[in-house]
Order: sequence, then structure tokens, then C-alpha cells
Amino acid sequence: MTSRQKIPLQFLLGAMLFGAFALAALLSFVWVPHDVATLDIAARLAPPTSAHLLGTDHFGRDLLSMLMVGARTSIAVAVLAVGIGVLAGVPLGLWAAARRGSLIDEIIMRGNDLVFAFPSLVIAILITAVFGPSAVNAIIAIGIFNIPVFARVSRGAALSLWTREFILAARVAGKRAVRISAEHILPNIANVLIVQGTIQFSLGILAEAGLSYVGLGAQPPTPSWGRMLAEAQTMIYTAPRLAILPGLAIVLAVLGLNMMGDGLRDLLDPRLRRARK
Amino acid sequence: MFNRLMNALAALVLGATAALAAKDTISLGMVLEPPNLDPTAGAAAAIDEVVYANIFEGLTRFGPDGSIRPALAESWEISGDGKVYTFTLHGGVTFHDGTPMEAADVKFSLDRARAENSTNAQKALFAGIENVEAPDPRTVRITLKNPDGSFPFKMAWGDAVILSRKTADQAATHPIGTGPFRFVQWVKGDRVEIERNPDYWGTPARLSRATFRFISDPNAAFAAVMAGDVDAFPNFPAPETLEQFKADPRFRVIVGSTEGETILSTNNKAGPLADIRVRRAIAHAINRQEIIDGAMFGYGTPIGTHFAPHNPAHVDLRALSQYDPDLSRSLLKEAGQEGLKLRLMLPPPTYARRGGEIIAAQLRAVGIETEITNLEWAQWLEQVFKGKDYDLTIVSHTEPMDIGIYARPEYYFQYDNPAFRNLMEQLDLATDPAKRAAILGAAQAMIARDYVNGYLFQLAKTGVANAQIRGLWENAPTQANDLTAVYWEE
Repeated sequence: MTSRQKIPLQFLLGAMLFGAFALAALLSFVWVPHDVATLDIAARLAPPTSAHLLGTDHFGRDLLSMLMVGARTSIAVAVLAVGIGVLAGVPLGLWAAARRGSLIDEIIMRGNDLVFAFPSLVIAILITAVFGPSAVNAIIAIGIFNIPVFARVSRGAALSLWTREFILAARVAGKRAVRISAEHILPNIANVLIVQGTIQFSLGILAEAGLSYVGLGAQPPTPSWGRMLAEAQTMIYTAPRLAILPGLAIVLAVLGLNMMGDGLRDLLDPRLRRARK
Repeated sequence: MFNRLMNALAALVLGATAALAAKDTISLGMVLEPPNLDPTAGAAAAIDEVVYANIFEGLTRFGPDGSIRPALAESWEISGDGKVYTFTLHGGVTFHDGTPMEAADVKFSLDRARAENSTNAQKALFAGIENVEAPDPRTVRITLKNPDGSFPFKMAWGDAVILSRKTADQAATHPIGTGPFRFVQWVKGDRVEIERNPDYWGTPARLSRATFRFISDPNAAFAAVMAGDVDAFPNFPAPETLEQFKADPRFRVIVGSTEGETILSTNNKAGPLADIRVRRAIAHAINRQEIIDGAMFGYGTPIGTHFAPHNPAHVDLRALSQYDPDLSRSLLKEAGQEGLKLRLMLPPPTYARRGGEIIAAQLRAVGIETEITNLEWAQWLEQVFKGKDYDLTIVSHTEPMDIGIYARPEYYFQYDNPAFRNLMEQLDLATDPAKRAAILGAAQAMIARDYVNGYLFQLAKTGVANAQIRGLWENAPTQANDLTAVYWEE
């Protein structure tokens, strides 16, 4: 990057939106307005007051605290699921690109197609049904579907690099394929991976909310946006904020991440940058 | 010609006004779909909720107030030694397929229920029968092994209904009984339809047709009632919405009692839970009112033992397990079980899922960590009820007078106390009401003092119905939706 880039507004807005949730999640590790593990049945379904800024839920728990800890659950699941995808998918993609056209390339890429061919949420339900519902199993279920995404993106990006002169130079210098992939290819596809990572991250939050909604994600008493939404459903007429607020949290967090992802693509993708100029 | 035309017109007009005047069909919502429709071959409450008193009848039956009333038997006599019951059957009773109901059918049904290979869920009801005879078509003579004053009560259960000896085999899918309604069709996963039996021997039903619709999701149930898709939901699954129905003049909220003792079932053989001090600590850690308020929105009566509070023989033993977290902590310390970790398995009903979260928080307050696992009914039956692979679970035992389950060491609580079994044997022999009450009192006290389970609350029957429907049961002395007296008010 030679010239100073103008940071897209979209990215800034998205980053602010998501940053707020990330901060709330981080803050919840050290401080929440009220402990979410203690129930206060007598104060259930209380409207917003100065003690409970967003009111309380059907167990008398502080809704703001629930949302903060819920943000932590969502983000943790999504981060780890993307982590699985990156750690397994990127090396697979680089390997396939380095051995392009070989049998191993075929095996990896057709394996990816196989995973892609399954409806992801159905497999996630299957995994959690077999191994029991828990946050860990939700992470694994979502993570598995991130692997082919990252494998495909990194192979595609790496393939075009393998024909470039600086890679040829490296090969002439006697570097092995593993070293070239790590030292030359990976840094050059990092921007694509970051963009993809952001998008997968928002999909991960959505998937976690979906699994929790059907009872297969984080188990009680761990607060989770999806489950809050599910539990609030029958109370939607009596205490609508119980459903509206976690729903809004999911929408805003995902929206923020998507805007960030789009902004990052504008910022980092060299092809788009050239096109804009 | 003109006359005939006028007649036809008059008939049309009359028919139309009659249709406008009184609605005579009803659609009832139920949470669970029955696995089959033979109440003598399955434990599911949903079976009885469809067929009991509607399609099938027994020798005796439960009234809406829990009293035992004659049904197919118009009267009965007890021999001097209390061992021989002679039932006289109503004359002119036919099954829905037209065949007459005779003493031979009663003998067949009771012999089938108590046979070695019987799949009856309540075989204990028939265990006391020595033999059944049918000397003539309207007389049934039942000889018991021991005198049993509660035999007419046992014959009132859904598990003791009379089936035709010709059609009993297909009762699971096409039930043919003697009741005021006959089976029309069962659309699996959606509904069961029944219609009035025009040849009914007793007072005919006022409704011409009834549909039971199965709606397991509380949100869908709420929407279905609000939209008028179901006219009544006798056991409505979302107590939090009842306030809203109360405020709506279109609906009537019916709150009554059930036979459902909702308990924190405890695996009495699971490691630390075998220690009575640990079970006692759990009992004192539980705040029942909080659970009733938080999980059931105030509907329910706290109980101190496994016995329905509205039963005359009930003894209030709540003081034995008073909410006392300090006592709990010291008991745990004494038992050397500080930092105890337990598994809490929760079946789908609201009382279990919400109650479980509250109990987990209450146990955490005294230093017991619980790991909650939500299970579907099939998994729960497999793992908890049959497999006994659990520490704690929450379930409502809705059978009437079911304290006898504590005499079964193989039952999923795994409570093994010969003294209690002895009490139950005495109870079976006792015919004098005062003596029976005394034994029942002793039995209630024994399981309360042994802290077999955490006794939480008596489940309330919270139903919602269209404000114009009359005649639905207010209380649930047994699992039933008796529609014989239901009608629409004009």
C-alpha cells in the first residue's frame, strides 16, 4: 500500500456497531450491572427502571446484563467456529493450490464440495443431537462448515499467485512448496481471508442464535441471544421488550459485521481498489 | 306440489336457524399426541385424554370431582369377607360396531389386562384379582386374593376400561368402545376426530362432533386459541399468557387442581444422593413458592410429600422440608459434599424447563452445581425413566393416588425401603376408610422424612376455553377430557 487509503464510511459504521457489542462482551467478564446467575423471582418482568435499565426477564434477571453476557456467548462461539475454519481450511486450501491438478488437490476440493452439499443447519442439528446440545458442540458444528469456505477461498487466491514471477523466483531459489506457501502466498492472500473471516463471523453469530433458539446451542443457565428470543416468545404481548431486545442485538451485531466485511473488502482487495481508481 | 315445496323450504329454514342457534362441535387442543389409542396398552396420559369417558368406559368411572361413580356396572355388591365383588351390568349396552357388551367382554378385558404378557401400564390395579367369572351376560363376579376396599376405584382408571373381545386387537388405531362418542379418524401428527354415538345406552352427548388437535409448541398453542382454531385448551402449556386470556371477554380461564405431584425426582442410588443428608440438603435448598411463581406464574400449590392436597387423607408435611439454605449448607458440610456436582435432566414441559433453571439457581446458592440437559420425551423415557441414568429430573406424576410407586424399588427413583412396601401391603388389605387414611398418612410421612424426592408443587390445571363453552372439567381427578356434558351456551 503505497498511497494513503480513505477508510470507507461503511467500515467505520460497521466497526462502531460491532465494536459496541464486542466491548459489552469484554466488559461482561469484569462487570455486569447484575449477576445473571442469581434469579430474583419477586422482581420478574419489571419494566425498565434506574436499577434495571432494560427491565428484568421472567426470572427477574437484569436484561441488560443478560444481553451483555449473551454477546459474550455469541462472539465466543463465532470466534472459535471461524478459528476452526481458518486453522483447518487455509492449510488445506494452500496444500491444494501447491499441488494443483494432482490427486490430493482433487481429494481436498471434492471433499469440500461434499461438505458444501449438506444443508449446514441440518448437520449442526445432527451433531448436537448425537453428542448432546452444548456450546462446544455448537462451535464444532458451525466450525466444520467454515472449513470448506476457507479452503476454497485460499486455494482460489493462491492459484493465481503461483504463476507470478516472485513465486517463480522463490522456486528458483530452491524454496520448498510449504515454505513458499507460508512465506509468500499466505501474506498475499491475508486480505481476502480477513474479509471472508468477517463474513463467516457474522454467519457464525446467526448460526449460534439459530441453534440456541431451537435449544441446541449454549445450555441454561448460560445466557444466549437465541434462547432469550425463544423463551420470550409466549410473553411477546405482555413484555415485548424481552423478545425485541435480543432480536435487535442479533440484527445489529450481524449488520455491523457485514458492513465491516464490505468495507474491509473495499479497503483491502487490490482488484477492487484498482477498479475504483 | 306447492305443499311439498313449502315443506322443503320450511325444512331448509329450520335447518339453517338450528345451525345458527347452537354450535354443537368442538375442537380441543392438546400438547401431546397419543402414541396409540388403547388406554389398556400404554402409559401416555394423552391416550386417556382422548378416549377416557368419551370412547371407552369401565365398570366404574371418575366423576369431575374425583368421586367413583357407576359406569357400565349399574351396581355392585361386596361379599361379607370383602373378597368377592359382584357387578351388575347395564342392559342394552352395545359397542360402537353394534355388538352387545356382555359380561364375557368384561371378563375378557380384565383377564387381558392382568395376563402374563399384558402390556397394561398399570398392572398393579389388577394384581389383587384371583379370578373373574361371567355367570350370565349381565353379571360379573370378581374374586380377589385379599379384601380390597378400593377395588371400585381401581376399576375406574383408564387402564381398566372394557374392550370388546372381537375388536380389542385394533384398539390402538381404531378404538371401539361403549362410550357416548365413537371414533371417526386419526390424522397422525394433527388430530383425532370423534362423533356422537347415536345408540349410546346412557344420556347422549350434547356435542355432535369433537376434534382433538395436537399442538406441542406453546407459541402455536397460544396463536391457535387466540385465532379460534381451537375452542378449548384444557391443559394450556403457557401459564404466562393466562393473564391475557383473562382480560379478553372471548375466553374463560379455568383453573383447577390435578393429580399431578410435580417433584424433583432424585436417583436414590446415584453416588452422593444415596446419602439422606444430601437429599435433605437439597430439600431445604428449594424455595417452592419461587418455583411456582417463576415457572408457573403463581399457578400451583406447594406440597411437602407425594400426595394431592385436595385428597382428604393428605397430611401437610411441608415443614419437614422448609426453605432453609443455611441448614442445607451445614448438612452438605456434615456429609462432606461441599462442591457437589449433579446432572439435572429436564423434559419439555414448562414446569420442568423453567422450574429446572430456578432449582439450579437455588441449589447453586447452597453450593451444589448442576449441569442442565434438556431432553425430549422419548430421550427422557429412555435415559431417565428406563435407564435410570440421571441424578435429578423434574416431572409431574399425574396418576391419581400414585404413592404406591414408592414401593417399587426398580422404579426410577430407586427408593428401596421394605418398611414402605409393608405399609402399602397393609393399605391393600385395609377396607376401613379411617384405617386407610392412617396408613396413607404414615406413608406420606415416611417418604417425606426419607427425602426420597424434592416435593415441589401440585400442578394446577390451567385451561383456556371459549367463554360460551360449558361443562368442561374444572379439576382433573384423572387424565381425561370428558366431553359427555359439554355444550355451547347460546
